[in-house]
Amino acid sequence: MPNVAKGDGMRGLAVFISDIRNCKSKEAEQKRINKELANIRSKFKGDKTLDGYSKKKYVCKLLFIFLLGHDIDFGHMEAVNLLSSNKYTEKQIGYLFISVLVNTNSDLIRLIIGSIKNDLLSRNAVHICLALQCIANIGSKEMAESLAPEIPKLIVSGETIDAVKQSACLCLLRLFRTSPDTVPSGEWTQRVGHLLNDQHLGVVTAATSLIHTLAQKTPEDFKNCVSLAISRLSRIVTSSYTDLQDYTYYFVPAPWLSVKLLRLLQVYPPPEDPAARGRLNECLETILNKAQEPPKSKKVQHSNAKNAVLFEAINLIIHHDTEPTLLVRACNQLGQFLQHRETNLRYLALESMCLLASSEFSHEAVKKHMDTVITALKTERDVSVRQRAVDLLYGMCDKSNAEEIVAEMLAYLETADYSIREEMVLKVAILAEKYPVDYTWYVDTILNLIRIAGDYVSDEVWFRVIQIVINRDDVQGYAAKVVFEALQAPACHENMVKVGGYILGEFGNLIAGDQRSSPMVQFQLLHSKYHLCSAPTRGLLLSTYIKFINLFPEIKGQLQDVLRNNNNLRNADAELQQRAIEYLQLSTVASQDVLATVLEEMPPFPERESSILAKLKKKKPNVSDIEVVKEGKKSSNPPTLNNSAANTPEATPASAPVPVMAAAPAPVQSASDDLLGLSAGPAAAAPITNNFAAPASFAAPAAPAGGGGLLVDVFDTPPAQNNVSSALAPQAEENFFNAPAGETAPSGDTPASELDGRFAIKNNGVLFENELLQIGVKAEYKGNLGRLGLFYGNKTSYPFQFFTPTVSCPGELASALNVQTKPLDVNTVEGGAQVQQIINVECISDFVDAPVLSIKFSYSGSMQQINLMLPVMLNKFFEPVEMDATTFFNRWKQLNSPGQEEQKIFKATFPIDSDTSRTKLLGFGFGLLDGVDPNPDNFVGAGIIKAQSSQVGCLLRLEPNMQAQMYRLTLRTSSTSVTTRLADLLLKLF
Amino acid sequence: MLKFILLVNKQGQTRLAQYYEHPEQDRVSIERDIIRKCLAREDSQCSFLEYKNFKLVYRRYASLYFIVGVDHMENELAILELIHNIVETYDKYFDKVCELDIMFNLDKAYMILEEMVMNGRIVEMNQNRILLPIRVMDQAAQ
Repeated sequence: MPNVAKGDGMRGLAVFISDIRNCKSKEAEQKRINKELANIRSKFKGDKTLDGYSKKKYVCKLLFIFLLGHDIDFGHMEAVNLLSSNKYTEKQIGYLFISVLVNTNSDLIRLIIGSIKNDLLSRNAVHICLALQCIANIGSKEMAESLAPEIPKLIVSGETIDAVKQSACLCLLRLFRTSPDTVPSGEWTQRVGHLLNDQHLGVVTAATSLIHTLAQKTPEDFKNCVSLAISRLSRIVTSSYTDLQDYTYYFVPAPWLSVKLLRLLQVYPPPEDPAARGRLNECLETILNKAQEPPKSKKVQHSNAKNAVLFEAINLIIHHDTEPTLLVRACNQLGQFLQHRETNLRYLALESMCLLASSEFSHEAVKKHMDTVITALKTERDVSVRQRAVDLLYGMCDKSNAEEIVAEMLAYLETADYSIREEMVLKVAILAEKYPVDYTWYVDTILNLIRIAGDYVSDEVWFRVIQIVINRDDVQGYAAKVVFEALQAPACHENMVKVGGYILGEFGNLIAGDQRSSPMVQFQLLHSKYHLCSAPTRGLLLSTYIKFINLFPEIKGQLQDVLRNNNNLRNADAELQQRAIEYLQLSTVASQDVLATVLEEMPPFPERESSILAKLKKKKPNVSDIEVVKEGKKSSNPPTLNNSAANTPEATPASAPVPVMAAAPAPVQSASDDLLGLSAGPAAAAPITNNFAAPASFAAPAAPAGGGGLLVDVFDTPPAQNNVSSALAPQAEENFFNAPAGETAPSGDTPASELDGRFAIKNNGVLFENELLQIGVKAEYKGNLGRLGLFYGNKTSYPFQFFTPTVSCPGELASALNVQTKPLDVNTVEGGAQVQQIINVECISDFVDAPVLSIKFSYSGSMQQINLMLPVMLNKFFEPVEMDATTFFNRWKQLNSPGQEEQKIFKATFPIDSDTSRTKLLGFGFGLLDGVDPNPDNFVGAGIIKAQSSQVGCLLRLEPNMQAQMYRLTLRTSSTSVTTRLADLLLKLF
Repeated sequence: MLKFILLVNKQGQTRLAQYYEHPEQDRVSIERDIIRKCLAREDSQCSFLEYKNFKLVYRRYASLYFIVGVDHMENELAILELIHNIVETYDKYFDKVCELDIMFNLDKAYMILEEMVMNGRIVEMNQNRILLPIRVMDQAAQ
């Protein structure tokens, strides 16, 4: 055979390629290419019709340019023309160009279908093959539609020559993958299986691929192939290497075909027919035996080909997972490979062993190789091999070796490649949780993780350790001690500060007896990290401080100093500022008893699947398979941390209400497992944030206050569905949802927040909703009287029994508001049904708090309790007043004694818009007085609060400042308490 | 199945590229990235490389790298030997094949490959049969 530029020698092409190679720079190359492209373009466009040879030459040049990384946007038509040439060489170039350069969804496809069809019908086998190969490589939906019916005939016809059969198999496979529906089913599907018996191994090779794909789709249709594949495999495996002549590769008979047959068998379960099964096992044993024989050649090709078959056989053995002897033999064979000098074999052995580890038959056998694998982790020079070793250690880990494996993985983590750290962290966290030696070990392990690879510890991991510590009271003291020690390190990862802050906030008292970790020392230690931390962590620490105020009243002063510090009180971060203000206020106004209740220790978390596992699955989809197999097969496993801890919360719910909520009535008091779980999540934060509920704009960031809200995210629950925490945050516009502030803060001094702005200006809406119950409200007010209709809707399909809503007026409210509730006619709310209740209210005098609606009912055997506030606010008893400018100014001047005026300058929470503001003020109850204020942007309004005991006139002036996005609100009324209350309510609207 | 076959020289120039599945990203940048990863590896490292959602199996012959992208079902060693079989077949046809042979006879190089791998599956591994059509063509041209 001739060498360079052989055959029909395209000189121009050779010259061009030489030119390119001689180019000294990228620019020169580009220039030469541009020149050539221009040349070809002009040739194609020229008047002179090019002969086939020239077209072929230019197409070759284009192909070369394409390979250099340039896009080719012309020449396609010339390639299409080449298809209709009768010369094999030209036709071949045309097909080549199309196969390499044409995209499956190109318009060109339609143009070439005709040519392809012609070639398919041609009597020249070489032309048929070219057409089939082309379809096999670029076959599209259009091609499938017009050509698919032709192909099966070619495959099963006795007259077709072998080469055509091969191409036809792959061609059909392509069309089947592109659009399965267009491939006709029929009698040929039965006959295609028999190609496995074909004399010609090339045909068998091609047919096996086709059958494999078809069988994956409809295994039943190709069941007869199992025995055919086994007998074919058996003939190959037992043949001597001279039998198969050209299909023997380095003394291995038909290795690629053997691999394909073994893979085809992996589509099916082990054959039921004992004869077939016996024959298959013989084959597999023979393959395993051959691995032990001395090699017939020293060449790596020989061993690679032999081992390719061996690994595929092992895959089949693992897939069947029914033959303990074969599984253990496979494991031993892989064990030998673990120490092989070929890196490739070590890599593959680790990979396959990982699968073996999940089989109950070979799990123990795999464990014997632990030391070797650990050595691999330490000594392998190739990171991809080390990665496999990590996977295998993870796969072989169980209760018996968890301590050692986790220790080794932790040690490796110190030097591990950055690319695999995050995944390793997840794996260590999962193993530590799944197979805990004891809980102190678990806590130590996770803290070590944070210490070694803090940056790679995702939120799920540190959330989880907190959940577990909270759920296990036997480990809490220990956890407090070790986090305290860990925090003493001079440089300490922020994740450590988070865990430390949270745990000390809950359980710091357990170690406070020791002088070395006295309350003051704990506080100073945490606070020394404060300024180095990000805002979310600072927020968490602020929650720790308020918890400390409860745990350690003796250092209340210092803690309040921190809250009072301008860095916090006036922090630009709204969340921090809000926490500082609210916590400071809470610590000032609440009695020790109230504090103790509000800041009660966290209730246990509900048990779910570890979110860390979910995360790992997401990261590595192929891991999940292993995990599933493992979980499925090992139901007899010793209880994991998950299971054992699961008992804790289940014992609590129904009878005993969760303490946190009892006295500082958090919105939802439910005892069902699910609700408890979810509401328990944010409990630490909930009583705090909700008593001083944030303005709506703060809702989203406010939710994770204290880290509690964050922890809820850990469970993979869609927040909208049944996550009470999302309802807790006053973000859902329709939700009116609050804890009465009366008991925690004296009236008149309440931070202006607890009433939801939405219900201040409207009377109807959804008051509450969780996955069980929806409560709607419709209200009407006239003078000092109001009438509320409450609609309780049962969202489930089971009845609520003993359904008893009661309304109460806490504290001073009882004398200010007269509430009459009509008892319900029924005490059962059927599934899907709605019942209505009417509540009459009468305003005696001005008030701050809202009446509390408390609902108790039994749902599938467990008592539920829900506490919420009714949207009854002072401004509901407001009536607008019209007056002229003179009257207004006279009255304005009269109301000038101290306490009668309240002025607030505040930042706009919502975009400033005149129309919206007008609607809000009207909805609030004011009569708006136009033309009183010389500035048309300002609002002036008047109204009367109609209480039974007194009527209070109110005047308002609201001045928006667009530039600064601020408002100035001035209110004058004859009653100090009314002024304050209305100002607070109004503040939240703008 | 095979996703693509690349022939690349040590300078990172692609000498042959055949895709069996359309590359998700821009072909040029993905090739560059794959080549960089393979060139950076030492001989002592294993011939398999996890890359995005598939695996690379590669083998070096003098200055030429053969890189095959495969899915996770594929048997790595079988692919490694497929590469060698391709090289041997080239060698048989071109007689002491070198990079230049591939460059100057791109059409032939593709044609041989086409006979061996179609639609991402191995179809023929018998070197004599692989070379049959191309010999027919050479005869026709003479």
